[in-house]
Amino acid sequence: MDHIDILITLAKIVAAFAFLILGAAMTVLLERRVSAFIQNRIGPNRVGPGGLIQPFADVAKLVMKEDIVPRSANRFIHDMAPMISIGVALSTFAIVPFGNGIDIFGRHVKLMIADVNIGMLYLLALTSVGVYGITLAGWSSNNKYSLLGGLRSSAQLISYELSMGLSLIGVLMIAGTLRLDEIVLRQTQYIGGILPKWNIFLQPLGFITFVIASFAETNRLPFDLPEAEPELVGGYHTEYSGMKFGLFFLAEYANMITSSAIITTLFLGGWDVPYIEGLGLAPLTLALVQVGGFLVKVALVVLFYIIVRWTIPRFRYDQLMNLGWKVMLPLAIANALGTGLVLLLIA
Amino acid sequence: MTLESILFIVFAAVGLASALLLVTRRNPIISALYLILNFFALAGLYLTLHAQFIAVIQILVYAGAIMVLFVFVIMLLNLRDERSLREGLSWKKVFAAGVSFGLLMEVIYILMTSASGMTELLPAKATEIGTVEAIGSRLFTRFLFPFEVTSVLLTAAIVGAILLAKKKLD
Repeated sequence: MDHIDILITLAKIVAAFAFLILGAAMTVLLERRVSAFIQNRIGPNRVGPGGLIQPFADVAKLVMKEDIVPRSANRFIHDMAPMISIGVALSTFAIVPFGNGIDIFGRHVKLMIADVNIGMLYLLALTSVGVYGITLAGWSSNNKYSLLGGLRSSAQLISYELSMGLSLIGVLMIAGTLRLDEIVLRQTQYIGGILPKWNIFLQPLGFITFVIASFAETNRLPFDLPEAEPELVGGYHTEYSGMKFGLFFLAEYANMITSSAIITTLFLGGWDVPYIEGLGLAPLTLALVQVGGFLVKVALVVLFYIIVRWTIPRFRYDQLMNLGWKVMLPLAIANALGTGLVLLLIA
Repeated sequence: MTLESILFIVFAAVGLASALLLVTRRNPIISALYLILNFFALAGLYLTLHAQFIAVIQILVYAGAIMVLFVFVIMLLNLRDERSLREGLSWKKVFAAGVSFGLLMEVIYILMTSASGMTELLPAKATEIGTVEAIGSRLFTRFLFPFEVTSVLLTAAIVGAILLAKKKLD
């Protein structure tokens, strides 16, 4: 590894994280505009054209606010919790391939920050650690509503982590690798010459269970019990103010984008744009179109997240647990079993 | 000093410090958090040994699942800080100290006599053993029986736990 390699890696890190942070800001705006549309309102449209500058105005407001820590809170952990949340969201994004490799400056550059050969397991490990941000925020605030939010989140995440991992087994068996870039490469062919060989068509049940589990893991409605406003004031972040609250907010949206990117990579063909080989584009143009295709797919999944949030009511706690253990888990296991059987019959 | 040995020293130091803090802290939650930090340091050590699979499983299973349950239960019980208990010297303590000292001497003796032979063997072979593919194929061929027996044992434990919990509910 020489200097240029280090520079390339740095450039990739800066680009990916700038995308993630800016994307999170834009998603906040998108969410507010879409929810306004659904509720027959207009939404923020005064700051900048179409309200484009609104998220930055919000950040400026949050930074200037006073940071209040409750007197009986555990100060160190109270400070650390939002950092864990945002750290996990950012580091999961490191393994997402946002394009096929390109040849530039005479060397082959893979368009992902970290090329880990246990990618899928890394993803699951980080998701499982992410719960600490919320749990510790709830505990360290020394407030009963916060604590309830934290407890709910740890119970919820433990329950849905299982079906999340199990629903990936089908994809793993088809691809035969844990590397995310190779999983995308396997999806670039066609079924019967017409349909793109995306995992959503090969693994429809796995796709559905994974998406539902992702909703639960990102604490989005209908699974937002950790911060259910009518019952828990603000849930785990009741006692947070200023930019520490802002970090939780940012982490939620960054998590949403990361999990949309993961869904795209694993099930929607990643950067694959079907039927593009026929156009005969130059390699660099092709790579750029593919990155564009990836971004469009991620944006569509994010939009899906937002629309679901504003159309479906919240689960009750017992419904959440029943769904997780009695419906999702058996479905995910059945999917793994079925995929194994089919693969065995084909081979 | 190579990067690997620097990483080893860092992870080992973090692991030792967190293990020490884990037993000395009064607050159970803080102790649990130091245990999580210890698991991360251990995972880092596995990585320096090229055992990626075990490293990631260490985080996924221990730090991400088991410790979440630990923290969950401690939070649910709402434990206060531990209070110190005065305890005199008993024969149990003397015996434990003697055994620990003996084990320490044994480890030191082994390290003194065979340390040079151990380090040479590692890198080339370890990269082959540590991958997911190698562990998977070994687990489902040579170690299939112990693997299946373990899974049956775990299932039995789960069923037993549910049975015990249900009895109280009914």
